[in-house]
Amino acid sequence: MKPASFAYHRARDVAGAARLLAELAERGEDAKLLAGGQSLIPMMNFRLARPGHLVDIGGLAELAYLRPDGTGGLRIGALTTHHTVETAAEAVLGRDFAVLRDAMPWIGHLPIRTRGTVGGSLAHGDSTAEWCLLALLLDAEITAVGPHGERTIPAAEFFHGFYTTALEADEVLAEIRFPRPAPHAALAEFAERRGDFAIVSAAVDLDVDDAGAVVAGRVALGGVAPAPLRIPEAEEVLATGGPDRAALFAACADRAAEAADPPSDMNGSADYRRTLIRTLIRRACEEAISR
Amino acid sequence: MSPTAPHPAPAPHGTHGSPEGDRLVGRSVRRREDPRLLTGRGRFVDDIALPGMLHAQFVRSTVAHARIAELDLDGIREVPGVVAVFDAADLGLADIAARLDRPLHEFVPTDMPILARDRVRYVGEPLAIVVARDAYAAEDGIEAAKVRYDILPPVVSDTAALAPGAPLVHDAAARNTLVDVAMFATEGIDDVFAAAPCVVEVHTTTGRQNALPLETRGAVAAWDAKEDQLVLHTCTQTPHQVRTVAAACLGLDERAVRVVVPDMGGGFGQKCVVGREEIAAAAAALRLGRPVKWIEDRKDALTASFLAREQRYDVRAAFAADGTILALDADVVCDMGAYSCYPFTAGIEPLMASAEMPSVYKVPAYRVRGRAVTTNKAPTAPYRGVSRPQYVMVVERLMERAARELGIDAVEIRRRNVITEFPYTGVNNITYDPGSYLESLDLCAKVLHDEGWYAAKEQAAAEGRHLGIGYSCFSERTGYGSTAFAARKMQVVPGFDISEVRMDTTGALTVTTGTQNHGQSHETTMAQIVADELHVDLGKVRIHQGDTERITYGWGTFASRSIVVGGSAVQRAAAKLGAKLVALGAHLMDAKPEDAELGAGCVRLRAEPERTVSYERIAEAAYLRSNLLPDGIEPGLSATASFDVFDDGTFSNATHGVVVELHEGTGRVEILRYVCVEDCGVAVNPQVVEGQCRGGIAQGIAGALFEQITYDAQGEPSATSFMDYKVPTAWEIPDVAIHHLETPCLFTTTGAKGAGEGGTIGAPAAVLNAVNDALAPTGVELDSTPITPETVQRALESRP
Repeated sequence: MKPASFAYHRARDVAGAARLLAELAERGEDAKLLAGGQSLIPMMNFRLARPGHLVDIGGLAELAYLRPDGTGGLRIGALTTHHTVETAAEAVLGRDFAVLRDAMPWIGHLPIRTRGTVGGSLAHGDSTAEWCLLALLLDAEITAVGPHGERTIPAAEFFHGFYTTALEADEVLAEIRFPRPAPHAALAEFAERRGDFAIVSAAVDLDVDDAGAVVAGRVALGGVAPAPLRIPEAEEVLATGGPDRAALFAACADRAAEAADPPSDMNGSADYRRTLIRTLIRRACEEAISR
Repeated sequence: MSPTAPHPAPAPHGTHGSPEGDRLVGRSVRRREDPRLLTGRGRFVDDIALPGMLHAQFVRSTVAHARIAELDLDGIREVPGVVAVFDAADLGLADIAARLDRPLHEFVPTDMPILARDRVRYVGEPLAIVVARDAYAAEDGIEAAKVRYDILPPVVSDTAALAPGAPLVHDAAARNTLVDVAMFATEGIDDVFAAAPCVVEVHTTTGRQNALPLETRGAVAAWDAKEDQLVLHTCTQTPHQVRTVAAACLGLDERAVRVVVPDMGGGFGQKCVVGREEIAAAAAALRLGRPVKWIEDRKDALTASFLAREQRYDVRAAFAADGTILALDADVVCDMGAYSCYPFTAGIEPLMASAEMPSVYKVPAYRVRGRAVTTNKAPTAPYRGVSRPQYVMVVERLMERAARELGIDAVEIRRRNVITEFPYTGVNNITYDPGSYLESLDLCAKVLHDEGWYAAKEQAAAEGRHLGIGYSCFSERTGYGSTAFAARKMQVVPGFDISEVRMDTTGALTVTTGTQNHGQSHETTMAQIVADELHVDLGKVRIHQGDTERITYGWGTFASRSIVVGGSAVQRAAAKLGAKLVALGAHLMDAKPEDAELGAGCVRLRAEPERTVSYERIAEAAYLRSNLLPDGIEPGLSATASFDVFDDGTFSNATHGVVVELHEGTGRVEILRYVCVEDCGVAVNPQVVEGQCRGGIAQGIAGALFEQITYDAQGEPSATSFMDYKVPTAWEIPDVAIHHLETPCLFTTTGAKGAGEGGTIGAPAAVLNAVNDALAPTGVELDSTPITPETVQRALESRP
């Protein structure tokens, strides 16, 4: 469990990191960005990942921030740690983004959260990762900086499955922006042990009218496919609204369980995952509406 | 003393109390190990760095069963940083040979080569040792190995192993059976079953587990030219056994091997057998003339070290209508993996289960067949509890099942069957010394009643929630002596322990013990015993262990033997030294020895206690002014004593009570309450005992609900990291309420019984019974472990 040898580069700024990535890519060299290292380093220790070059962006303070975008949304710099979000002041996240703070304790364990970064988690693209699920649920926009400038990628187009994303080899993930408030969103998940990758994770974002009735919503699932998924069938159910919330949530959960096509593996059969989908969507809906 | 006396009760038993102050035995004095361990100043194997040291890792088999068609190591030698690579032929080492004195139809010996020759028998089996300038280069080297295998069909389960026509793991072992022993067939047992009003059965399997010391195995080997001796630093529970086997494998006189054990981060049995890697590392160090370090990484620790616990039980029990147990009939099959371990052999699990299954109950008729089968999996070693977690689980399930069938309360049926009169010689020919079986059971049930859990269960049922309450009542034989192991027909009989107590010129004491701390606080507890015996401050006593040059041949620490055997040896040696101190001190006061006694750090006259001579003055005479010594007393102040257990050992006992809630929708098993009522005789240090209980219970819960290593059809292990091997964390382990009872051991000099394994033994049964109690309305019963949330969820969904 010692990594294969690699060259280590420390970036001075984002543009420089992107230039170096481009240069290495041109030379046919395999390079990886190193941020918190909480996924990459274990994979390198198992020699499941063996990049020839590591470009360390961990020291780029310019990418560690958490601030309102001025139009009701929230910008998070890629190098912001999970722990920073978990402990962010009420004034920064407010009610609108409390879902982010409340989701953080699900990520690994405290030492992992103090080093792991938001951008690293997104770029790693694990299907059960909380940030990937939240990005997809809340229609986030991801900013990538390449050698020729930056581009913005909608979360819906970002996750391609099994640790693959829309990022190019010479791009640095710089920021994620949550464009609109999500005061009635929640995430629920289940694993055998606290801190494990979820067997299934579920997140919902409800639109609630002035009378407190659910009128629409978004539903996303992790652990049921190679990438996190939105479940439009379940969202259609939410859009039907109606006065009986419990029935609405149950119908939404059932519809999601039907629509999903989860795998069977050593962590759980497809049937068990469907049960978890029903349980967790209901649980997330209840939590979201009670906010 | 009443068995139900609460702690801390200073027992008058054994040692005489200090007239000057409180005895230390029985008190939770602070652990003397902690200052260095908690401030990062401990020294573990991986902290050892010697000049010119090289680093070793192993080329390991990637297949479960094959002939080695070609092992080409040339590419490894080309890798930068690699210094050498050796295979079995290069090193020419003797195999590790573990034996039982049993005929071939009961025991088939299978030797374990240090490095595989010709054939591999499990994924992870070492083929060659790569030695390099660092661990990184060693792993680079491993990648350059070229191995061509002629694949043989793998045997990946006990049922496959026993199937007619199954491929053979060892050609010498027909039906893949290494041990097959039938015992105690009580005459007329079949008639008892035929006539019994109630017969219940349990068919269960338990998952393969890893004892999982947080510190993985490891060694640093170096030749000491001055002493003409190999120095092997290794984290073992049994330093002398490593020395014996290393000398045999390396072809050295045993005096030419010195084994040194630094601080250890756990062992739990996995380190009480001799591993092949430490001997290969030693051989490489001898060959290269340079120190070689091997530190097992976590992946190898999970897949290629010693595993445990994978067993199958088919058991039935006959009961009378009033709930009295009439007979027990058991078939036990243990999947021991690819090789026998030294010194216990593959018999370790089936022989333990077969000998002791009647547990704490008055079972009048008993029959058992115990088998060890060999499969293409990593080999097994003892793991804390050894078979007792499983057979206790089986017997406790039988009790609860019979209780349900007969309409008797689950606690009451146990009350009617537990041994209450001691000594009790069971149908298994074991004599049980006094314990508090009934008292612990009653107290545990009372605690759960008084805390309102029975009411809470009813309330929950009314709300549609699933609460369950479960118990396990058990004993734990501790301090196996040479007779107990000889009864198993082991050729190597780990029984006695020898201790030396030496006083220096300043009156400070150096104590050696053959037991080997790997987390049990021996530096504290053994010192408490000596300090009481000689009436000195704890700070005057230093315990030494784990260096074969400093200690006399001993058996290390396993099977909860240390405080029973080692503690008694330490106490005896201290008493012997005390007698010499009295003799010398009396002489210095011109008195007769019989008129003097030990006081606080001095010898004094019984009739005139104000007349004293200090230990310092006695020591001065013994060493620096030996002209003062009387005739017949030799210079120096040291004494050596041994202790062995010549009867059936001493039985600690406990009852565990557990309350669980099963969560509909996820199947999660939440432990709401855990109560442990334990009795280990005189607890030398109650805080240490409680630590043993809590740690053991955590490991027992792990086996009941979380941990399992499975193998696929090709024999590939599933768990290669903590992502897949689900060792529970602090989140999953509940707080444990511990209540103490004290039934002093009659033959240990301290009154103490062992306390190392009880937690692990009792937890799976209690958890499983609680889960099944909660599942009672569904009609589903779960007997096999680990119980996963998915299994529980499926059971909840099946309710009528």
